[in-house]
Amino acid sequence: MAAATIAVPDFSLSPRVDQVGIEERAARFTKRSIKKETKINGLLLTLNMIDLTTLEGKDSEGKVKQMCYKAKHLLDIYPGLPTVAAVCVYPSMVKTAKKAVEGSGVKVASVATGFPSGQAPHKVKIADTKFAVAQGADEVDMVISRGKFLEGEYNFVFDEIASIKEACGDTRLKVILETGELVTFDKVRKASDIAMYAGADFIKTSTGKVTPAATMPVTLVMLEAIRDFYYKTGKMIGMKPAGGISKSKLALHYLVMLNEILGEEWMNNKWFRFGASSLANDVLMQLMKEKTGVYQGRDYFSLD
Amino acid sequence: MSTTTINKETAKAPKLESVQSNGKPKTRLEILKTYKIYIGGKFPRTESGRYYSPENAAKEKLANVCLSSRKDFREAVVAARNAQGDWGSRAAFNRGQILYRIAEMLEGRKAQFIEELMKQDATKEDAENEVVLSIDRLIYYAGWCDKFQQLYSSVNPVASSHFNFSVPEPTGVVSVIAPQSNSLLGMVSVIAPVIAGGNTCVVLASFSKPLCAVTFAEVLNSSDVPGGVINILTGKISEIISYFADHMDVNAIVFCEDDAVTQKMIQEKAAMNIKRVVLYNKINWQTENGQSPYFIMDTQEIKTTWHPIENIGGAKAGY
Repeated sequence: MAAATIAVPDFSLSPRVDQVGIEERAARFTKRSIKKETKINGLLLTLNMIDLTTLEGKDSEGKVKQMCYKAKHLLDIYPGLPTVAAVCVYPSMVKTAKKAVEGSGVKVASVATGFPSGQAPHKVKIADTKFAVAQGADEVDMVISRGKFLEGEYNFVFDEIASIKEACGDTRLKVILETGELVTFDKVRKASDIAMYAGADFIKTSTGKVTPAATMPVTLVMLEAIRDFYYKTGKMIGMKPAGGISKSKLALHYLVMLNEILGEEWMNNKWFRFGASSLANDVLMQLMKEKTGVYQGRDYFSLD
Repeated sequence: MSTTTINKETAKAPKLESVQSNGKPKTRLEILKTYKIYIGGKFPRTESGRYYSPENAAKEKLANVCLSSRKDFREAVVAARNAQGDWGSRAAFNRGQILYRIAEMLEGRKAQFIEELMKQDATKEDAENEVVLSIDRLIYYAGWCDKFQQLYSSVNPVASSHFNFSVPEPTGVVSVIAPQSNSLLGMVSVIAPVIAGGNTCVVLASFSKPLCAVTFAEVLNSSDVPGGVINILTGKISEIISYFADHMDVNAIVFCEDDAVTQKMIQEKAAMNIKRVVLYNKINWQTENGQSPYFIMDTQEIKTTWHPIENIGGAKAGY
């Protein structure tokens, strides 16, 4: 509905991206020195932005329950820790997850639309989405049809996102571009623009099933697309880099980038998420290191 | 040739032939080796960018050597941890082969080690003796790799229908402060039993005599030892020993100095994650006392398995 009031531009006019410039700019964010209290606050914020994810063929109810427990009890010996933002599961696990995180404030995100390839008939994608929503998902993570996008069928991609958004209703929609398959930054920029104008609430880099997944340069391209969209329409869009972010230091670099490109309004889990499974433990280890002064070992943290 | 104008840059340089012909006018600048640390199979410089210049008794500068920081140690532990699974689960026989290979490589570079030891105040005789002993020690532990298990395993009598047996297993990542008084033999004598048992290690070399430690890392790098199994740092004990003792991802610490205050500190810090503390007081590594399968057992854990068995023919359990 919001999309209806926004004039849809000609996507062939999406700005071209200077690859060398983007890569150098992204590299510069990694040069900031973040220590002591600032580091601790950054790490706590990182924890609070994590979408704890399990998207395996072998996922079982037990596995999902275990992950949900971890989402609520990251490290009980460390008082005052936030919970993660959400757990991210397959539609068939939404009910289990929803029950497991009840009352904790942790949201349940569900992938849908034939994740991860997106090669399912339109009807199935809509049904998949509606099922996830009916099961109680707070957020839906959809994948775009990369094949159609690369063929140049931008209208198809646009319409598909719009119809999924319609199927979602009030449920927040994250659109996965799968940047690892889009090849160039120009295409990433174009796909971001299409997704945002079609009604995405969030744009997300990757499924986590394709390498490369999230990288800083590609995230920077998407953040700039969000910024330009905000300037044009006044509407805020969220960002979720996913896959490949498993170290705290890298997460802090992403936060620096977020702050410098989009500013403080985006610095919370309503507008920024990390899609990750092993990042949480690394952040916890760093927090314990800051608290105790002693380097930590994996033996003393939960298994992922 | 004579008609061409003279290039001012090259005119003063001696002709190539004149340097090489008799070898007397040494105009060539020698290329000095950069002594770097060894982490995860690579030779980085210390993250801190610091160095020190140890001297020998004649006040000659030995080299510029990395003064490692706690962050180098942290990186080394990560490398050691990543390497431990593979190294610990290899066939013991294969570990023996690799230890033997280290000895082979060391044999081939004997001359270099003797030269370095002599630079660090050893007499020629002592230096030769130390290198030969180091090679022999590696062979000694190469042999023990797949044999100490039989010696220290047991089948235990129990009063129930179980087949009960105990076997040694690697303890994990071991931090080692190498003997400070000698350069090569001490380090080899403490590393070899640790890795023979399937552990990986981070070693702090001798502060005053670090040359052989770095050259030994080059030997390791060319002898089939997977990266990360042995990591060698150079630097000051007092500066980083507390991290060797309190890192939660280190499972045992080996300390070879006769220093009661430091020993107490190590024991206190090691208690945090119940590290195995191994203290070698006054061991003369030059003698037979410097080698024993018991040194392997110092960094092993004993695992006991209770395997249910059928009570056959009313036979009582209990071997």
